Amino acid sequence: MQIYLPIAEVTANALTLLGIGGGVGLLSGMFGVGGGFLVTPLLFFIGIPPAVAVATGVNQVVASSISGVMAHLKRKTVDLRMGTVLLVGGLTGSGVGIIIFRWLSGLGQIDLVVQLSYVLFLGIIGLLMLQESLRSLIRAANPKAPRRKLHVHTWIHALPLKMKFRVSGLYISVIPPLLIGFVVGMLAALMGVGGGFILVPAMIYLLGMPTKVVIGTSLFQVIFVAAFTTVMHAVTSFSVDVMLALFLIVGGVVGAQLGTRLGLYLKAEQLRFLLALMVIAVGAKIAVDLLLRPDELFSITVPGRH
Amino acid sequence: MRKLLVLLLMLLPLPAASGEIVGALSQNRVSLTANFTGSEILIFGAIRPLPDQPTGNFDIAVVIEGPRQPVVIWQKARRMGIWVNSDSVSLGSVPSFYAVATTAPLTQILSAETDARYRISPAQAIRAEQAIGQVEDLAEFTEALLRLRAEAERFRTLERWVQLDQDILFRANVRLPANLIEGAYTTRMYLLRDGEVVHQYRNAIFVRKEGLERWLYQTAYDQPWLYGFMALAIALVAGWGAAAVTRLLRW
Repeated sequence: MQIYLPIAEVTANALTLLGIGGGVGLLSGMFGVGGGFLVTPLLFFIGIPPAVAVATGVNQVVASSISGVMAHLKRKTVDLRMGTVLLVGGLTGSGVGIIIFRWLSGLGQIDLVVQLSYVLFLGIIGLLMLQESLRSLIRAANPKAPRRKLHVHTWIHALPLKMKFRVSGLYISVIPPLLIGFVVGMLAALMGVGGGFILVPAMIYLLGMPTKVVIGTSLFQVIFVAAFTTVMHAVTSFSVDVMLALFLIVGGVVGAQLGTRLGLYLKAEQLRFLLALMVIAVGAKIAVDLLLRPDELFSITVPGRH
Repeated sequence: MRKLLVLLLMLLPLPAASGEIVGALSQNRVSLTANFTGSEILIFGAIRPLPDQPTGNFDIAVVIEGPRQPVVIWQKARRMGIWVNSDSVSLGSVPSFYAVATTAPLTQILSAETDARYRISPAQAIRAEQAIGQVEDLAEFTEALLRLRAEAERFRTLERWVQLDQDILFRANVRLPANLIEGAYTTRMYLLRDGEVVHQYRNAIFVRKEGLERWLYQTAYDQPWLYGFMALAIALVAGWGAAAVTRLLRW
């Protein structure tokens, strides 16, 4: 069934959209990630204009994080103080990202920058995850290997403007969380992702937060930044397509439920290994598209529209 | 100034006015709704030969032209190993949709001068001579525009498409694709003889988004804050509600 998307101004197959939502939901349920980094490139592949894909992708992140945030708030596994500091950085980063997005759209280079950012981030994150999951797979096979220390004191703990984060049991400078939040906010605006895949490792390895509050605090920051970014994209570039978002969300919720059940049959290390391979594959596909000579060298844009 | 000139030319008695054309459309309104998959428009009419003038040998060209937009045509080039948009050419006024249907191949029934004056073929309709860009070969870009729009079925040249009965009645079916933009689609019917325009008749089709789509589109552009918060509310309710339902069902 073909449906007309009023903001994207293209028609798309409803089943394709539900399939994308469902497929990404399945993965996010299995792996416990938001999936924004897969939604946006898949929307590019089916011909949704990049501005609409990014803005609608970020709207979908709101939908896929809300139930998680509620659950973590109820369980009190959110460091609200740390979340707020990250959020301040995140909102600033998102605002700057929106301005950059507008500027690049005008130059006709937004597709390129979005694609390059995907190649870069998916590549780095994929390789890090692959290395980490391989290490834990090896450790699982050989239990005598030495464990890594969770909490390491680094230069980060020597910065000024220190603040007490009681829930996380930390007394550190607010500069690193502000900067991390800023980067994640900028990625949300430019790439249409929640940014959990950067936030979670950064909170564990850079800030040294205890793992039990990391997911909740990350979701808390992500949902507010995604909400802010959705409204900002709607106001500055009129590029949020509610109709498109609805299909993605419906598919996504169903897929996530299936994914959670499927995930129970696999071991955590195996899951992370599979996710790493998938992230690398998506990054590689975009990279190949940039490196190979395209069949059509020309393209048309209509200024003032997406 | 150019428009005025064209207008004056149209008012002047046409060369060898030997007939008149009148026409109509099967519909003057097209509604874009969620399940819009395109629409067939029947364009029909008649030729009225003037008394004491030779009849026959008429040809007809029917044009449907969508709202005009500025466009930028980009060319990719290899920079530091990757393919990026490098050169661009802008055109100020390009139809978002353009179909020309004729009784015979355009080049046979239309002289180059007449085409240039009335802008009947797609190549004339895009006003390629007004292209702005710092490139070596402007024509390469305007040709790419014509090719890409033709591939997307937004520019169509339908030769031998208009049926002409007994040199009097004509009809043509033109399909409007699903990806139309809103606005007035002007319809022009040209009566041609010996490569010249003998007479022309104009009409229009109004394409509007309808129902929910129209409301969403208008809200998004006229009240973006309201729209943004609505998008947010829908995401929150849908995401939270759906999770709650599946938790209740426990399947």
